[in-house]
Amino acid sequence: MSKTETGARKGASPRPKNKLARANDRTLLLMTLPALLLYSIFYLYPTISNLRYSLSKWDGFGVPEFVGLRNFRKLVTDDDIFNKVLSNNIEFTFLVVIFQTALSLIFAIFLLKNSRGSTFLRTLYFFPTIISSVSVAMVWQFLYEPNLGPINVFLNSIGLDFLALNWLGSETITLRAIAFTQVWFHTGQMMVVYIAGLQQIPAELYEAAEVDGASRWQQFKSVTWPMALPTTAVVMAYTTIQSFRAFDLVYAMTQGGPNNSSSILVTLIYLTAFNEFRFGYAATQSIFLVIFILALTALQRRILRTRY
Amino acid sequence: MFYRVSRIISLALFAILIVVPTLVVIFGSFKSDLELMVKPLALPESWSFRNYRTLLEGGQIITNFRNSTIVTLFSVIVTLFVASLASFGIARAINVTGKFLFLLFTLGLAIPAATSIIGIYELFVRLGLTNTLHGLVIINVASTLPISIFILTAFFRQIPHELYESAAIDGARPFRLYRSIALPLSKPSMAAVAIFLFVITWNDLLYPLLLITQSDLKTLPLALLDFRGEYAINFSMIFTAVMVASVPMVVMYLSMQKTFVSGLTAGAVKG
Repeated sequence: MSKTETGARKGASPRPKNKLARANDRTLLLMTLPALLLYSIFYLYPTISNLRYSLSKWDGFGVPEFVGLRNFRKLVTDDDIFNKVLSNNIEFTFLVVIFQTALSLIFAIFLLKNSRGSTFLRTLYFFPTIISSVSVAMVWQFLYEPNLGPINVFLNSIGLDFLALNWLGSETITLRAIAFTQVWFHTGQMMVVYIAGLQQIPAELYEAAEVDGASRWQQFKSVTWPMALPTTAVVMAYTTIQSFRAFDLVYAMTQGGPNNSSSILVTLIYLTAFNEFRFGYAATQSIFLVIFILALTALQRRILRTRY
Repeated sequence: MFYRVSRIISLALFAILIVVPTLVVIFGSFKSDLELMVKPLALPESWSFRNYRTLLEGGQIITNFRNSTIVTLFSVIVTLFVASLASFGIARAINVTGKFLFLLFTLGLAIPAATSIIGIYELFVRLGLTNTLHGLVIINVASTLPISIFILTAFFRQIPHELYESAAIDGARPFRLYRSIALPLSKPSMAAVAIFLFVITWNDLLYPLLLITQSDLKTLPLALLDFRGEYAINFSMIFTAVMVASVPMVVMYLSMQKTFVSGLTAGAVKG
């Protein structure tokens, strides 16, 4: 499309107008300048400067001391905490992606048809999306409170005492409890994305399936699921990125504790820099995370493309 | 039959999962801490505004509220202006530079904000921008430009070429086309982006945590963390603060639902 436009424009304008077109182009580029400057100086440059810091030992105050690739060597060969947090992050992402995608698809199917009830429930399910992570963290800290929190009080009252765990204070369960909150937090948002996708599926496909006597499950398997695959790709990709960015929620709920058991990479980077004052090492961790996310996104795209 | 039953049960369960915590917070803000702990789900025995009075008399939260408002308003307005200008330039530029710029900006979408904090902190310390509200505005603008430009460029590219052409024949230059054609046509997209920016800026914790240590400059999410420390396990006070911090968003959401949903999902799909 843009090619034909360009061609038409070039063909239509005689020589003196070309000068004007060039002047206009200069103006257009000038219009991008404020954005370009703000973005490059305050975002791109700080991000790229990770490369420099990652080669140094630095406490954030004094002068960075060049140490070559020592940080990278330590990160790869000799850092149990980093390994633990990396596997935490993989588990967290896996849980969130599976449950958030499945639930948002199910609710989208259930609430696809417009009725007063569905509209109300869509509004309700979407509601957590607008609340701040910190507020959500406070609310769930209360709900998860081990002794007097509503969840455990409820579990005890129906005789399920063995399920009344120390949700945010146990090394085995805390990461999963936060993953649950994350799914609760963002399922409504992804449901709306799915609803938009499902509304694009032509009604004739369902009508034809119904004529053939297909059950609901068969309709889902042979119409909804294949037709919604592009939307699924979007939802999964976004949910993955979102789970890697869950700094606010994890930091406000547990600060990664107890004993790093609920830490994910973004919280580890923050704590390494601002609690342990190991800025150089935190920069190394950042570089690892960026590479990891880029690789994961590429992999995901590849898998989903072969599935089409 | 099985379908209908499972549909109703699962919809009801998730609805309960959202309604109950919401009511716990609303009711809790009117209860004493003891009452909240003993009967978290019940209606408050009396609708006492005591917690709100205590909170407002402290004065701190009013300052935090003001800081959040200032930072959010300026961040959203500056981002919208700078991003729409740049998006128009990128969408209309017919040479490779436009494409290159677009790629450069979208690069920022792939990077989680937390991976840039070391460089940002160092730079902002050096420029004396820590513990200032305009420093916060600057980093909000810089970090939300990629997503805003991504959404707005896609929109500006959809505007039919003929609209510009006819105005250009009448002698309109790029800036004029931006002001009199692109901007008026893009009101719905601009509103969606504005809401998206509003929500993420108002709710953000990372950048205030990184750049602000002075308590009279803290924004609401950061102040909420302090409240938790200060009121230890006094959840009824914490919930009162949560209410104060959330009310503006909730009111906006209920009055502009469509724009909210489209804004926050546009950010999702394209982010």
